[in-house]
Amino acid sequence: MTNTPDPRSTTGDAQAGPLFAGLADKPTEAVPLERVLASYPWRALSGAVPAWRVTVQRDSLMKLADTLAQRGARLAALWGSDERDRAGGSTLHLALAVREGLVWIECPLAADDAVYPDLSPLFAPAHRMQRGLYALLGIRADANDQRRWLRHGAWPADAFPLRRDVSIDRTWPQTSDQYAFVQVAGDGVHEIPVGPVHAGTIEPGHFRFSIVGEKVLRLEQRLGYKHKGIDKRFVGTTLEDGARLAARVSGDSSCAFSWAYAMAAEGACGIEVPIRATALRALVLERERIANHLGDLGYLGNDGGLTFGLMQFMRLKEDVLRLNQRAFGHRYAMDLIIPGGVARDLVRDSVAPLLAQCDELQHEVSRLRDIYDDHAGLQDRFQTCGRLEPPLAARLGVIGLAGRASAQRHDARVTPGFAPYPQLAPNIVLLDAGDVAARVVVRFEEIFESLRLIRALLDTLPPGALSTQIAATQARSCGMGWVEGWRGESIVALECEGGHVRHAHAHDPSWQNWPALEHAILGNIVPDFPLINKSFNLSYSGADL
Amino acid sequence: MYQLLRQIARVGIKSEPPPQGDETLRVVGAQLQEAVLRRFAGALTIRHVDAGSCNGCELEIHMLNNPYYNMEQLGIKFVASPRHADLLLVTGPVSRNMEVALRRTYDATPDPKLVVAVGECGCNGGVFGESYASCGKVANVIPVDVAVPGCPPTPVQLLRGILTAITPAPAPR
Repeated sequence: MTNTPDPRSTTGDAQAGPLFAGLADKPTEAVPLERVLASYPWRALSGAVPAWRVTVQRDSLMKLADTLAQRGARLAALWGSDERDRAGGSTLHLALAVREGLVWIECPLAADDAVYPDLSPLFAPAHRMQRGLYALLGIRADANDQRRWLRHGAWPADAFPLRRDVSIDRTWPQTSDQYAFVQVAGDGVHEIPVGPVHAGTIEPGHFRFSIVGEKVLRLEQRLGYKHKGIDKRFVGTTLEDGARLAARVSGDSSCAFSWAYAMAAEGACGIEVPIRATALRALVLERERIANHLGDLGYLGNDGGLTFGLMQFMRLKEDVLRLNQRAFGHRYAMDLIIPGGVARDLVRDSVAPLLAQCDELQHEVSRLRDIYDDHAGLQDRFQTCGRLEPPLAARLGVIGLAGRASAQRHDARVTPGFAPYPQLAPNIVLLDAGDVAARVVVRFEEIFESLRLIRALLDTLPPGALSTQIAATQARSCGMGWVEGWRGESIVALECEGGHVRHAHAHDPSWQNWPALEHAILGNIVPDFPLINKSFNLSYSGADL
Repeated sequence: MYQLLRQIARVGIKSEPPPQGDETLRVVGAQLQEAVLRRFAGALTIRHVDAGSCNGCELEIHMLNNPYYNMEQLGIKFVASPRHADLLLVTGPVSRNMEVALRRTYDATPDPKLVVAVGECGCNGGVFGESYASCGKVANVIPVDVAVPGCPPTPVQLLRGILTAITPAPAPR
């Protein structure tokens, strides 16, 4: 194995690094993390998840990244900040997930035309994140592919909106977006361009299929259509306004992002959250997981030709949302999780209906699972369709439920674990088939596991305060939030100063998983794309920011 | 198949009666509305356009077709192309990267057409506001007939907004 990218892959996300085993496949390393970090200035961050912040100069970045990669680290997030007001330049930030927690690496770079080493040979998901960062901040990786990921035509190539001297209100005339898609040549090859406006009720993005007959030779994604300037919005905001923004990074993962943001803010401000609040947070997070899994199972049935499944599962999802409205005051429990705790208590007399719904769902979902399992037509569509083999999933750094369907044992509730999960001991659902059928099974099993967790939470719901007073610090401080949402891990990195958010970054697991979809579709037929796409169900909004 | 039929029979019919139109949501006058109602003859086709939402509004738009709300019972149907649509259901804020696509979708929708802007962000830009990346509310980009607030608006609020858009306004006094 070498660090040289595969010369045969032309460009794009196919340019993954060497075969890189995930955390699960690495033996436990004897060298403690602190010893690895010892040559650099580092400190441990306070907060609900173990995190270390280390400053490394550009020359040593690859050495540290490589050492951590050897220990089984994977890239969890990559973002940047403008530090020129502190007599610095731009800073590259990396969050690497290691067995012990998160390592937040900051790498100061020059103010202008800053270049840093390409991290994608070590961590394949870095590829798009680096291109996304270039479009916003103007610091770029020393890589071949410099097509800007988030810039279409809304701002000029020499403008970088995340820089502090660019006002958020500054606008430019639209220019045309000439994006160079990779062309596939050969007898009978043609292209199908799809989007950004899709045929169904889904988010906007562009897919360029190169096909021969019905068979897909290549899929290239072009996203960024939903870029709303979230990182820029975070700059200088109050903790409260930032929380409302974080809840809307990806609406279907609202509770996950709210919790991750709150966790980061609480770490930065050094406060503890009351135990009743953490229990209620887990309650709404698990219900968010169930609601989304129910909806996905319905749509997967529908895309497989079984409308019955859509109607049955959407009915159950509606029941969950209605009880959310009754118990938490909002169908999606949006803005319930706030920095310091939760905004409202569980509505009185809600425990019994919540428990009753667990029984109802257990019963109904089991019955529907039997029907799905026995339905030959449906299984014919699901099995072997859109297969993502575990070694490829490891190499691409696939996480979340799609990762677990391809034997990637990543679940932040378990490793590193955060309150209240360690006492609940969540079981990881792990399959290795990596096809649509496996992603369906993971959803079924995770619903049952979430029901178990909800029952345990309700049985032991502690009394007490709902929140702790919190205010953004005057001194510079930072915190990290890491929560396993239904799709995968939601990460928020936050830095406070002067009573405000100095900068924050919200990372959606779709960053890692979108490129995997480009691989999962290869060799399948075009009509199976909606089914495969739905089986991943990735967020456009979360990754476009 | 027996299990499947048994489940259908056991669950029964969950559909609820539709809500009434809500005058407070109306933002344009009566003349266009009357013409539109005549033209649509009670059957309405909708093209949903996500112009940059957080995808929260999409969750509730999906729920419109669940058995409880059963929007198709009203003769309202989602279609795959703007060329087949009478009404655009647009969620926002309109990101600048979607501005051109939204205008083109609007232009591709045959006249007469209606636009319903959905959600806080569709109505006023919401937490994202206007910026280098966001045009803010839908009405900043294309003409809007009815705006449905809410974050996200519930299926009932969405149905009210759609019904408001297609029912004639009371004659001005």
